[in-house]
Amino acid sequence: MTTKLFGEPVRRREDARLITGRGRYLDDIGAGALAAAFVRSPHAHARVVDVDVEAALDVGGLVAIYTYEDLTGPMAEPLPVLIPHPQLHAPRTGYPLANGVVHHVGEPVVMVVATDRYVAEDAAERIVVTYEELPVVVGIDTARAAGSCVHPDVPDNVAARHHQETGDVEPALAASPHTLTFTQTIERSACTPLEGKGVHARWDPDDGSLRVYSSTQASTSVRAAIAAKLELSLDRVEVIAPDVGGGFGVKIVHPWPEELLVPMAAIRLGREVKWAEDRREHFVSSAHERGQRQQVTVGFDDDGRLTALDVHVWHDNGAYTPYGIIVPIITATQLVGPYAIPVYRVVVESLYTNTVIVTPYRGAGRPQGCFAMERTMDRIADALDLDRAEVRRRNLITPDQFPYDHHLTFQDGRPVVYDSGDYPGLLEKLTALVGWESVEERRAEAAGRGKLLGAGMALYVEGTGPGPYEGGHVQVLGSGKVLVSTGLTSQGQGHETVFAQIVASELGVPMEDVEVHTGDTRRFGYAVGTFASRAAVMSGNAVALAARGVREKALRIAADVLEADPSDLEIEEGVVQVRGTPGASIPLRTVAVLSNPLRYAFDEAAKQATQFATHDDTRPPVAPGDAPGLEHRDYYSPLRSTFASGAHAAVVEVDPQTWEIDVVQYAVVHDCGNVVNPMIVEGQVHGGVAQGVAGALYERMAYDADGQLQNASFMDFLVPYASEVPDVVIDHQQTPSPLNPLGIKGAGEAGVIPGSAALASAIEDAVGRRVAAMPISPSELYDLVRDPSSERTAAAGRRAGTGATA
Amino acid sequence: MKPPPFRYADPGSVDEALDVLAAEGDGAKVLAGGQSLLPLLAMRLAAPTTLVDVNRVPGLDGVATAPAGVRVGALVRHAALLRDGAAAGVQPLLARATASVAHPAIRNRGTTVGSIAHADPSGEMTAVLALTGGSVTVARPSGRAEVGWQDLFVGPLETSLSGPAVVVDAFFPALPDRSGTAFAEIARRKGDYAVCGAAVVVSLDEDRRVAAVRASYLSVGLVPEVHDLSEAVAGKPVDSADWAAAGALARTLVDPDTDLHATADYRRLLVGVLTERTLAEAAAEAAAKVTGE
Repeated sequence: MTTKLFGEPVRRREDARLITGRGRYLDDIGAGALAAAFVRSPHAHARVVDVDVEAALDVGGLVAIYTYEDLTGPMAEPLPVLIPHPQLHAPRTGYPLANGVVHHVGEPVVMVVATDRYVAEDAAERIVVTYEELPVVVGIDTARAAGSCVHPDVPDNVAARHHQETGDVEPALAASPHTLTFTQTIERSACTPLEGKGVHARWDPDDGSLRVYSSTQASTSVRAAIAAKLELSLDRVEVIAPDVGGGFGVKIVHPWPEELLVPMAAIRLGREVKWAEDRREHFVSSAHERGQRQQVTVGFDDDGRLTALDVHVWHDNGAYTPYGIIVPIITATQLVGPYAIPVYRVVVESLYTNTVIVTPYRGAGRPQGCFAMERTMDRIADALDLDRAEVRRRNLITPDQFPYDHHLTFQDGRPVVYDSGDYPGLLEKLTALVGWESVEERRAEAAGRGKLLGAGMALYVEGTGPGPYEGGHVQVLGSGKVLVSTGLTSQGQGHETVFAQIVASELGVPMEDVEVHTGDTRRFGYAVGTFASRAAVMSGNAVALAARGVREKALRIAADVLEADPSDLEIEEGVVQVRGTPGASIPLRTVAVLSNPLRYAFDEAAKQATQFATHDDTRPPVAPGDAPGLEHRDYYSPLRSTFASGAHAAVVEVDPQTWEIDVVQYAVVHDCGNVVNPMIVEGQVHGGVAQGVAGALYERMAYDADGQLQNASFMDFLVPYASEVPDVVIDHQQTPSPLNPLGIKGAGEAGVIPGSAALASAIEDAVGRRVAAMPISPSELYDLVRDPSSERTAAAGRRAGTGATA
Repeated sequence: MKPPPFRYADPGSVDEALDVLAAEGDGAKVLAGGQSLLPLLAMRLAAPTTLVDVNRVPGLDGVATAPAGVRVGALVRHAALLRDGAAAGVQPLLARATASVAHPAIRNRGTTVGSIAHADPSGEMTAVLALTGGSVTVARPSGRAEVGWQDLFVGPLETSLSGPAVVVDAFFPALPDRSGTAFAEIARRKGDYAVCGAAVVVSLDEDRRVAAVRASYLSVGLVPEVHDLSEAVAGKPVDSADWAAAGALARTLVDPDTDLHATADYRRLLVGVLTERTLAEAAAEAAAKVTGE
C-alpha cells in the first residue's frame, strides 16, 4: 500500500447523493410503466378451488390478469431449490403463482397488470378466489407434533435433519464432573429493509433483449434465473441493481416470483412493467428468520471448562426451502464461537410451517447459535459461582492455536478452520471498555435510585467472505478517470467508497478519479452477490488484484517511454515517475492513451500522448498476449472463509415498577482484520447493534394459530427508532487474515450477532430470573418475575444471601 | 397499499363542507390532518366515497384562550398547540399531553380536533378532553351545538356524530384554582401509541388538603374514561397523601385488554404506577400554587 487511503476514515462518497434524495431506487425507474399488483392468499393453508376474474374485467385501465394456468414451460415448474444439500431430504418450493394449493398467507395467486398501481389494486380487489381451507401448522411445537402437515408427502414436517459431530458426545457427557441441560427459544424476526423488493422490466422486441432492474442483492444470479425460466439466451438479458434501500439478506433470495412474472408480463405485453412491493406485502410474502427452539446439554469440569456440548435445535423454516438449509448449517457450525470444545454434537431439525419462508437475515443463524453458546457460558458461571468473563476466558481458543480446526463443515462445504484471531485480547478489551470489574458498585448505585442494574456479555466468531469468487475490473481512461466495476451489489454499505479507497491505494491515484460501479451485469457478468459479510473480502480483494494488474501494465508501458526499469517506477497522485529522479515522469492518463495504439487525436490527451509514442518496427502494435487499453480484470477466489470475531457487553437498568428495560451502556470490541475504512466499519457495527437490540427487545413476528400475521405493519412490528438504540462504544482489534491479499475479514453482519445473548444475560443479571426466551418485552418481563415457577439464578440467591437455589 | 377510488372536495367554508357532506351521504369523510385517515385508506380498511378536505376552510386554525378555557379550532395542528404558551397557562395538560402525540412530523400535520373526532381510546387528546370535562362544537346544517365528551365517544374509533356534521372546534375548560396536572405515558417505542398513559388533576383546599383527584387513562378502555380517585386521598394533607393508595384504587377501576404489546395485567400494573407517579407530580404543582397564594 503506497498511499494512505487504505485504513483511513474516508467519508462515504455515496451519502451526499443518497441523503439529498438523488438516489435512484427501483420505484424511481419507469414512471410510465404498467404496474403489477398481486392477489395473495388470505389463508395459511388452502386449496385454490376457483379464481373468478369476471368482476375485475370492467375496471378501466386493466391490462392483463395472469394465474397459474397462464404459466408455460419452466415458469409452470416449481421455483428452484437454490442450494440443495444431501441432508435437506425433503426440499419444497412454491410456484411463481399458486398451483392448486397455498401454503402461507401472502403467497401470490393472481397477478394483475394495469395502467397504474391504484387501478391494479382496484382490479385485484374484485377478483374472487375460492379456497377450501386445510389444517394449519404454525409454530415449532405444532410442527413437531405433526398432527397435520404442511406438505402431504412430508408427514413429519421435517425438511432436513442436519447433523454434525466431532466425537462421541455421550460418553464424554457421562464422564463430565458436571452437566446441565436446558431449553430456550428465540422468536422470528425479519430484515425489514426500508425499501421493499421491486422489479422493473423492459422488453425490446426488435433485438429480443430484456433489461430488468431489481432491488436485489444478486443481479448476476437473477439474470441467470430469468434467462432460464423465461427461456431466453443469457446474452439477451441484463439485470441491474439500482440504488437499493437495504437488503439485510432478504434480497439475496432469488428468483422471487415477481422477478420472473414482471419480465414475463413485459415480454407478453410488449410494455414496461413495474412492481414495487409495499410494506404489507413485504411482511407476508418475503422472508423471515431466527425462529428456533434449542435444547443444550453441556458437560464441564470444576473450573468451568467445557468437556462436551450436545445441542438439538428445532428450526422453523416456513412453508418452503428455496434457500436450502443455510441458516440451520450456520447455526450449527457458528454456535461454537471462540471456544475450544472437546466434543461437540449438533442436530438441527428444520421444520415446515404454514408461514412465510425463512432465509438469511443479517447474522443468518449466528444470533441463535451465539444465544445457545453464550447462555451456556452464563449457566456454567452461575452453577459454579464463577465470574462470567472468567468462565469464558478459560474456554477460549488461544492465539497460538491458529489455524484452529473445529472439524466441522461450514455452509460453503468447506472446513470450519479459523484462520486467525485473538479472543483473549477481545475479552480483555471488552471488560476494560465496559468496566466489568465495577458492575457490583454500579448495581448498588442503581439500587439507590430504585433501579435494577445488570450486565451481560457475549462473544462470537463469524465466518465471513465465503467464496466461490468475486471479480473486479479496473480501467484507466485517457481522461485519467479510473473505472472500477464489480458484479456484486450494494445496498448502502459504502462500497463506492471502500472499493475506491482500495483501488486508489493500489494504483496510486487520487480517490476523486475513481468511479465505482456495482451490481450491473452489463459491466460485470460474473458475480456471486452481497451476503455473508463478503463484499469487502471478496470484491475488495478482487478489485485490488485488478488494480495491481493495471499498475503492472502501466509501469511496463511507462518504463518503455521513460527508458527505465519498471521496478524503478512508482505511481503517486496519478503520475508515473522514476523513483528519486524528479522530472522523469508521465501522467497515468497519458499511459492510458498510449496503451491503445489507435490514437485519433480527438482530444488534448491523445495529442499529448503522441510525444511519448515510440516506434518499434520490430513488433506489432499490439504484442502477442497483450491487449489495447489500460485495464485489467481479475478474480479473487478464497480457499475458505475468513473468521472475524467480536465481543459485546450490555448494561441494562430495569425499572422494578414498570419493568421497562433501559440499555444504559453497550460496548463492542470488533476484529475484522485489516480495516479498509474504520468509519464505515463502525457504521456497520452500529447498524448491526440496532438490529441486535431490535431482536432482543422489540421485534417478533406474531403469528396466530391460523397463520395470520398479527403485526404486519411498522405500527405493530416494532423496529426500534433512534430513540431506542443505545449509544455504542467501540474498540477495535486487528488480527489480519492470512488468507487474502488485503488481510481483511467481513464486517457487515457482526454487530447483530451477540445482541440477544448479551441482553438476555444482562436482564437476567438485573432481575435474578432465568431469561430463556427472547425477545422479551416489559410485559413479558413482568410475567416472568411474578411467576412463582420461574427459575431464580443462583447468583441472585447468593446476592440476597439465601444461598444457591438453581 | 393504495386507496380505492374516492371523490375529493375542498370546500371554502363550513357551510359548503356541510352541503357536500349532505349531498354525498354516509360515505363521505372529513379530512383534516389525515394522519389516521390516510393510512386507513391506503390499507383499504376505510373506503369513503368522498373526502371533504377542510384544510382550506378559513377560520378553523385559531386557538382562543380565555379564563374559562381554551377553544382549539379544527385545523390547529398538534405542534401549534404544543407551542401555545397562553393555552398552556390556562390548561397545562394541553402542552403536556400534546408533547406525547406521536412524532414531530405527525404533530406538524395532525390536528388535535381531528384526533378527538377519530375517537381513538389510545389518543392523548381524547383523554385530556375527557379529564378536563371538555366538549366539541359540532356544525350541522341545522346549526351549531356543543357536544360534551361523555356524549361524543361511543366506542373505539366511533363517535355519536352521524349525518352531515363537522367538528369545528374543541373546548378544554381551564384548570381550576389550587390544582395541578400531570401527564405520563409508557410506549414500547418513543412516540408510539401508549401501552398505557395517564392524565391527572389534583385539587387542594385552602389548607393544602387534597380536595379532589381525577384521572383519565389511555389505552385501557374502549372509550376515554375518567375516574374519581378522591376517596383514596381526600382530606389528607398534600404532603402526606398516599398516592400509592390512589394508584391501587385506580387499578380496581379499570378493565384493560390484552394486545400484542402488553397483557391486561401489565396495563393494570401501569395504571397503578402511572397514577401514583403523576398524582405526586400534580400534587406538588398544586401545593406550590397554594403556598404561593
